[in-house]
Amino acid sequence: MENALDQKQAIPIPQKSKKLFGQKVKRYFSKYGGLLVLMLPGLVHIFMIQYMAMFGAIIAFKDYRAADGILGSKWVGFQNFRFLFQTDVAWQVTFNTVFMNLLFIITGTIAALFIAILLNEIYGSRLSQVYQLTLFLPFFVGPVIIGYIAYAILNSNGFINAMLEAWWGMEKILFYSKAEYWRYILVIANLWGGIGFGTVVYLSGMIGISPEYYEAAHIDGANKWQQISKITIPMIRYLIVTQVLLAVGRIFFANFGLFYFVPQLYKNGQLIPVADVLDTFVYRALYGGGGSRIKLGMAAAAGLYQSAVGFVLVFLANLGVRRFSKEQALF
Amino acid sequence: MQTSNVAPKLRTDIRDISYSRQQRALKLGVNIIMIIVALAMVLPFWLVISVSLTDEKALAVNGYRMLPSEFSSYAYEYLFRVPDLITRAYSVTGFVTLFGTALGLLIMSMLAYGMSRLDMKTSRVIGLYVLFTILFKGGLIPFYLLMTKTYHLKDNIIALIFPYLVSPFNVLLLRSYFTQLPKEILESAKMDGASEIRMFFKMALPLATPALATIGLFTLLGYWNDYYLALLFMDSPEKYPLQFLLFNMMNNADAITKAAAVGVKISAPIQPLRMAMAVIAAGPAIFISLTLGRYLVRGITLGGVKA
Repeated sequence: MENALDQKQAIPIPQKSKKLFGQKVKRYFSKYGGLLVLMLPGLVHIFMIQYMAMFGAIIAFKDYRAADGILGSKWVGFQNFRFLFQTDVAWQVTFNTVFMNLLFIITGTIAALFIAILLNEIYGSRLSQVYQLTLFLPFFVGPVIIGYIAYAILNSNGFINAMLEAWWGMEKILFYSKAEYWRYILVIANLWGGIGFGTVVYLSGMIGISPEYYEAAHIDGANKWQQISKITIPMIRYLIVTQVLLAVGRIFFANFGLFYFVPQLYKNGQLIPVADVLDTFVYRALYGGGGSRIKLGMAAAAGLYQSAVGFVLVFLANLGVRRFSKEQALF
Repeated sequence: MQTSNVAPKLRTDIRDISYSRQQRALKLGVNIIMIIVALAMVLPFWLVISVSLTDEKALAVNGYRMLPSEFSSYAYEYLFRVPDLITRAYSVTGFVTLFGTALGLLIMSMLAYGMSRLDMKTSRVIGLYVLFTILFKGGLIPFYLLMTKTYHLKDNIIALIFPYLVSPFNVLLLRSYFTQLPKEILESAKMDGASEIRMFFKMALPLATPALATIGLFTLLGYWNDYYLALLFMDSPEKYPLQFLLFNMMNNADAITKAAAVGVKISAPIQPLRMAMAVIAAGPAIFISLTLGRYLVRGITLGGVKA
């Protein structure tokens, strides 16, 4: 009698839990199936573009030949990286990227804060809306048009040279062949193109400050300058810190359109030492622009190097941002 | 302590008089500075317009001026005579933008809605799946090889649409918006037997219109102003989108005469023509910025878009 009972229990148990699992899966799908269907196209797309490209980064470790394809090319470990960093170009390009971005962050933040403070004073008036729209014009027209505008101002016949010759009797400046001007020109161009966004972000923080603070300060005898420095700025300190941190996190990634179009890098080799950044460097290597020394594998190594360092920076930056304002961080 | 507009004043405080005078002077000063800034933003565009309306030879002699040294609408007349130059690029860009934005918004909102409605565990996993792609990218070279060698999209218009359909960043933004939707409405619909799919299309989407509008505007601008995908993948001139066409025009002068179709015996006024094309290309963008611009600003202000 006992044997029969024992046998009954010994065998069916695994099957029972299998049935439970199967039921669990079925229940899960019946509850969330519709959602999973909705999500499928998006998830597939992200895989097809983002993750497939990540797998392809393996090229950085191979001596890539077009004929052999990705899988067929020879594995060379870190050789591409070694070759890459033995050249001057890699360091120059890294320096340009980081240095220019640093300049952009500093000038951009100061300018955006300055204009945001001004707009905060006249907030609500119809004129302020007009001003804000003009700040966004470059954003709406895109980098190619910005390149055209730069050309109209800087070329040998352009606005500056026309003024130099006609009004001040000075000689023309051939901007597109003189590298020394371009750090300034790029900072100005970046400022002009990006002022809209920065201002709106800071302004949106400023208008949230309760007027009671200002009234109390006024009653205590504070002048405008004191009100700004003691109330406005400190109240949006979290915003400034998070914006700067996020920007620093992205310091390894340059604005391709700005650096490619405005100095017309494809044409003006003399500007490359100053204006070439990681993004333009990798791009030019794609079309053999880096010279025969830069093979595709090395260019991929440069890209991977950018992504890896960029990842660490963005990750750390967001960790820092979390401490100030959780909703501003990515995670 | 009561604020000044509540308690009736028995004696006008001298501080208040000078303060209101200070306020007015301040507002005036602010406006003056802002006008200068606004001019700095607008005048460069004006320069482009002016050059486009200048006679080519006068341009070579006098250079680019704010007012045409010698007025000539020839550049526009030329464009009018060889419209194919621009109309083709416009239609490519128009198609890519419309299709890409609509499809992209749909796919992204479906994904975001699903993520907002899932259970904690799966939602976190998928969230990580999406988030990671923002933090780490494969790089340009793998992307290029992927599109050309694996997907065979070189010189294919799909290459202009496909990559930007789903922006992981926008997906996360949309998800946070969906999670803020009132849960009771959705739950009650579920209890009435509605499927998640129907709930999405009939309830969630309409409720999400503000977020969709803002993100839609960004996506639309992204597609409209894109040059990068064309730079990488397009070889045939008839498939060039607008911005890339402009880029090409700046690059080589003979691209203009070549693209302007055979049989046209007039010579191209290259310098003003370039600027005229820029004007025509930027026109719609500027128009959109004037009409829809305030919604963009509002979207950034309220939604705290982390640019």
